[in-house]
Amino acid sequence: MAKVAKSLNEIKSFPKQTRIALRNCGLIDPSNIDEYIARDGYFALGDILKNKSPKDVVNEIKESGLRGRGGGGFPTGLKWELTAKEKSDRKYIICNADEGDPGAFMDRSILEGDPHSVLEAMAIAGYAIGANQGYVYVRIEYPRAIKRLKAAIKQAREYELLGENIFGSGFSFNIDLRLGAGAFVCGEETALIASIEGERGMSRNKPPYPAQKGLWGYPTCINNVETLANVSAIFNMGAKEFAKIGTENSKGTKVFALAGNINNIGLIEVPMGTTLREIVYDIGDGIDGGKAFKAVQTGGPSGGVITEEHLDTPIDYESLKEIGSMMGSGGMIILDEDDDMVKISKFYLDFTQDESCGKCTPCRIGTKRLYETLEKLIDMNGTPEDLEMLEYLAKSVQKTSLCGLGQSAPNPVLSTLKYFRDEYEAYANRTKRTAYFIEEDVCIGCTKCAQVCPVDCIEGEVKKPHVIDPEECIACGACYDVCPVDAILKP
Amino acid sequence: MKSLEELKKIKDKTKKKTNTEKDTSLTRILVGMSTCGISAGAKPVFDEFNTLIKDKELKDISVTSVGCLGECSIEPMVEVYQNDKRYTYCEVNKEKAQKIFDEHIVNGNVVEDYLIGQYRK
Amino acid sequence: MKNIKLTIDNSEIEVPENYSVLQACEEMGLNIPRLCFLRDINETSACRLCIVDIDGMRGLKNSCTIQVQDGMNIKTDNKEIRNSVKQNLQLLASNHIFECWACDRETNCEFLDLMRRYNVDNTFGESEFFSDNKRLFNDTSTAITLDSGKCILCGRCVSACHVHTGLDILDFNERGNETYVGPAQNNNLEDSGCIYCGKCIESCPVAAIKDTSNMEDMLEALREPSTKVIVGIDPLVKVTVGEEFDSNIGENVEEKLYASLKTIGVDEVVDTSKFSNILKKEEANILLNRVKEGGKLPIIRSDEPGWINYIEYFEEDYLSHLTSTKSIEEITGAIVKNYYSKELGYHKENIVFVALTPKPEEKQKASRMANIVEGVRDVDFVLTTREYARMLKRQSVKFNELEPIKQFGKLAELTQSSVNEDTYHNSLEETLKTASILAGEKPKKIKFKKRKEFEEAEYTLKDTKFLVAKITTPTIKDFFDILESKQKQYHFVEFNSSLGGWINSGGNPIHTAKLQDDVDIHKFRLNNLNGLYTSKNYTNLDEILYKEFLDSVGSKKAKKVLHTKFEKQESYKNQ
Ligand SMILES: Cc1cc2nc3c(=O)[nH]c(=O)nc-3n(C[C@H](O)[C@H](O)[C@H](O)COP(=O)(O)O)c2cc1C
Ligand code: SF4
Ligand code: SF4
Ligand code: SF4
Ligand code: FES
Repeated sequence: MAKVAKSLNEIKSFPKQTRIALRNCGLIDPSNIDEYIARDGYFALGDILKNKSPKDVVNEIKESGLRGRGGGGFPTGLKWELTAKEKSDRKYIICNADEGDPGAFMDRSILEGDPHSVLEAMAIAGYAIGANQGYVYVRIEYPRAIKRLKAAIKQAREYELLGENIFGSGFSFNIDLRLGAGAFVCGEETALIASIEGERGMSRNKPPYPAQKGLWGYPTCINNVETLANVSAIFNMGAKEFAKIGTENSKGTKVFALAGNINNIGLIEVPMGTTLREIVYDIGDGIDGGKAFKAVQTGGPSGGVITEEHLDTPIDYESLKEIGSMMGSGGMIILDEDDDMVKISKFYLDFTQDESCGKCTPCRIGTKRLYETLEKLIDMNGTPEDLEMLEYLAKSVQKTSLCGLGQSAPNPVLSTLKYFRDEYEAYANRTKRTAYFIEEDVCIGCTKCAQVCPVDCIEGEVKKPHVIDPEECIACGACYDVCPVDAILKP
Repeated sequence: MKSLEELKKIKDKTKKKTNTEKDTSLTRILVGMSTCGISAGAKPVFDEFNTLIKDKELKDISVTSVGCLGECSIEPMVEVYQNDKRYTYCEVNKEKAQKIFDEHIVNGNVVEDYLIGQYRK
Repeated sequence: MKNIKLTIDNSEIEVPENYSVLQACEEMGLNIPRLCFLRDINETSACRLCIVDIDGMRGLKNSCTIQVQDGMNIKTDNKEIRNSVKQNLQLLASNHIFECWACDRETNCEFLDLMRRYNVDNTFGESEFFSDNKRLFNDTSTAITLDSGKCILCGRCVSACHVHTGLDILDFNERGNETYVGPAQNNNLEDSGCIYCGKCIESCPVAAIKDTSNMEDMLEALREPSTKVIVGIDPLVKVTVGEEFDSNIGENVEEKLYASLKTIGVDEVVDTSKFSNILKKEEANILLNRVKEGGKLPIIRSDEPGWINYIEYFEEDYLSHLTSTKSIEEITGAIVKNYYSKELGYHKENIVFVALTPKPEEKQKASRMANIVEGVRDVDFVLTTREYARMLKRQSVKFNELEPIKQFGKLAELTQSSVNEDTYHNSLEETLKTASILAGEKPKKIKFKKRKEFEEAEYTLKDTKFLVAKITTPTIKDFFDILESKQKQYHFVEFNSSLGGWINSGGNPIHTAKLQDDVDIHKFRLNNLNGLYTSKNYTNLDEILYKEFLDSVGSKKAKKVLHTKFEKQESYKNQ
């Protein structure tokens, strides 16, 4: 027997990963600030307050090439610079910990495993842009993260790492929590701001951007949890070192939540530029049950699918966009040959039409109609014209919606239409099989299938081709599994 | 906090307490207790280690709840740090915790059956 | 203000830098479709119809709230834009119940106009595969009705309620395609604290929020031979009703109005402002008595229904500060039924008194128990200006072709007395002057010290110094905030809305958002209203009435006919 891997760092996927945002997760006691400090925590803040100007800080982040991990990929240094540039006696920094993507839990992990890395980064950002108040907007469904954050803020205050005159520098900074009720749209920055202001969580038009007019009308910088978790690491390792990781335009690492039909479900952090193939096969250890890979859905309800032909695409913001998907916040769902792409689209549209804030016409009604069109297709009531209408409507919703939710809601439809149009056409032309099917010329008439069928819908004489009654078939696949000559086709 | 020196003092002091490098007699048991770990059943495991240590009145050993290591499908995970050695146990429950404690912590025999290598290539 | 240059549809244009793209386009004479934008009120960018293509910006952008920038290059009309507008209209249509023939807005619907202009077919709405939304009616209030089946969720009413009242009675509920507008959890409007100002109705581009109609009731009364229909006219109607028939804003159509009333078979008409002197005297008398007897001060006039509702809901402590007079419509109805009925030879039970007014809140007033004298309602039905106009259209009365006539009927003759501007404008000053007259003194000039939002004056009456104040704030809510912050003992205070008050009441004809943006409607209406009354000599109708009917100011009889009661109202907001 081969030597058994004793620890995480001995398993095959370990060398493929680079832990920056997750550097402390699982290694320190998140409820003890000392352990964070023991791993160089708050040294970056101290050094900055003692030795650097706000401009230096902005420049260093710009140099690192860090981009927003919340989905948009906006350059963080530039965002800080824009907010810093605004003249105002009051500014805010907000940490977006709403994480509403179904299947995503990167931010939750960071907040639960290493809350101080976010707090320290907020203080650094506050210093850089000239804000003295920060808010962490966290969804109420994350009670453990909330508990950790509360404790961490309290400890940081006790150590005077938050509060007045930090490190004797004259810089003061405080952080408070704001709890969100868990609507997906509240992760969108303008809806998030509305929610903190006590209004209904509805998006607002941009421009003006939060950097110009944000919380209560003041310049506001909003960053994602993972983005912030990179910040003090950048100062500790040096912006140049950080910029060595990743690709030309996407620096550093990205945390993904692997899910779907893959052997190793979990959280991974990989350098930008890693290929999907490496993620799926080396880190994720391939598809569960030996099925064939079909596609990866990235970016959740706002993203799209990536197919076999693009498995070698290095992951970065631009290349994912080019192939019709997006980085998104980091959800990554592996789909196999049995997954029905039209149904996958419907699943996402069901989510977005329900989560639409209801403010603007294309998103409120358009996503509903898109969903219903998919439903019509799946129920075998569709026509080829419906496909055209679907595409047309999807593009219109994308172009005219007010906020990112509506603008990206059609992505799953458009990207699956692009790569799996045949599946849509099968529905639209009503040639889609909903039952298993026996190929006449392959069947040897062994009767095994008829014996296992739980609803007795397979008929045929011994040694003659058998036939499945498509009306009765419940698509359980029992026949498929027992056929010795692979004569049965999946629906 | 007024100076970096002050911060460094805390760092050094804590490093000693949590030292996982060579030349230490300290044993650290880390239990992954994020939402994922808890829902997989990490809490009884954590409690079990604490009870066992208390019962046996062991010194130089600590149990710490930590965040998530990313391997959600094989939680609860328990890591044992001794000197510069690291052992990752997976899908630990109360019974397994007892065995790890008795065999590994007390007697120094690693419980191969529960190591990560059984779950991951 | 600096000017900047930009290019719109290949032409260069120079506009002030604070312009929106929509403003710049409209300045060029372009007709950009729009449904949600209402300047200074609703700037939420929700409908996505005013979309344009701006170089360097992703997708199509709404023009209404995006500020112009130097060098911007904008396209307002190409196939992509037209198709997207059409698509969004089609989506709105699929959630709309088209019953245009039975609709309050059949002739001035901003949505229908766009449906026509873009020749939209209702693809989704007419297919069984697409769901219909639940149609929610909120129709138990006597003044305002909400119908979600027509709502396009532009949000104009929500913002208008916020801006004009500060009460936020209307809000969005639910989310996604289930979203609807109304009081939270679709509570009934009359439980919501709504003060029935009608500003929401006036801002709605469609008929999703409308007057609870008395049109059929009035028609029914006209059909009944034994009933005498008497219409009390608020003077503002004379200069606004024509707007429904394409007149200029504020154009005086008084004589056509009479002609229309005669045409549909109204028996008698009366101008409600004829009785404003009586109202003033009753109020002035209360002021004098309050001060003499040491009652609750400052007093607040009770003839403005909107304030009353507000106080009844949210300022219980101020109930005892109110004077007790009815509104002018109620007073007119009460006097007509209880006094002039005899002169006219009618049984008061046979009279149906209809108030024609720009104040939708009167609808709710009319239904109050406290406004019934000896078992007879003061006002039977209330029609807003626009509601009356709609009735005429439904009855195929060609308003513009009517031969102008003077007021008709015996009641008009009996109440013949000209009024001047001061008389029908009830105000704090008027009440004070009237108090002087009642006290046997000469009315004095009142000099206000003006501050922002706030005017204060001293007025000497029977050797007592009266400290009075007029507070001009956007909403009644702000009024009480300021009043309380002053910590002074006033004798008399008055709220003036900086957003236009009575002249801008919510029952006037409704105009498109663009016209509301472009034209100072308030100014035109006010000017022409003031032009209605020039004569300064008026016969003392009030003296006759006190002599013949009401005995004296503040008498038992006067109390019974002219005064009412107010009490605390519950809403889910004040519990
Ligand atoms: C519908 C919608 C949901 C979003 N949800 C999140 C979220 O849960 N967390 C997050 O950080 N960003 C979310 N975003 C992106 C934010 O609007 C914003 O871009 C981000 O927080 C900026 O931070 P970054 O620059 O650090 O990525 C969402 C955007 C949209 C349109
Ligand atoms: S796109 Fe959707 S979520 Fe965004 S404002 Fe419009 S309705 Fe709301
Ligand atoms: S609101 Fe407009 S479109 Fe709708 S029924 Fe009325 S008139 Fe017709
Ligand atoms: S009721 Fe009218 S104003 Fe209010 S949101 Fe609906 S359509 Fe707009
Ligand atoms: S979005 Fe501009 S008018 Fe509605």
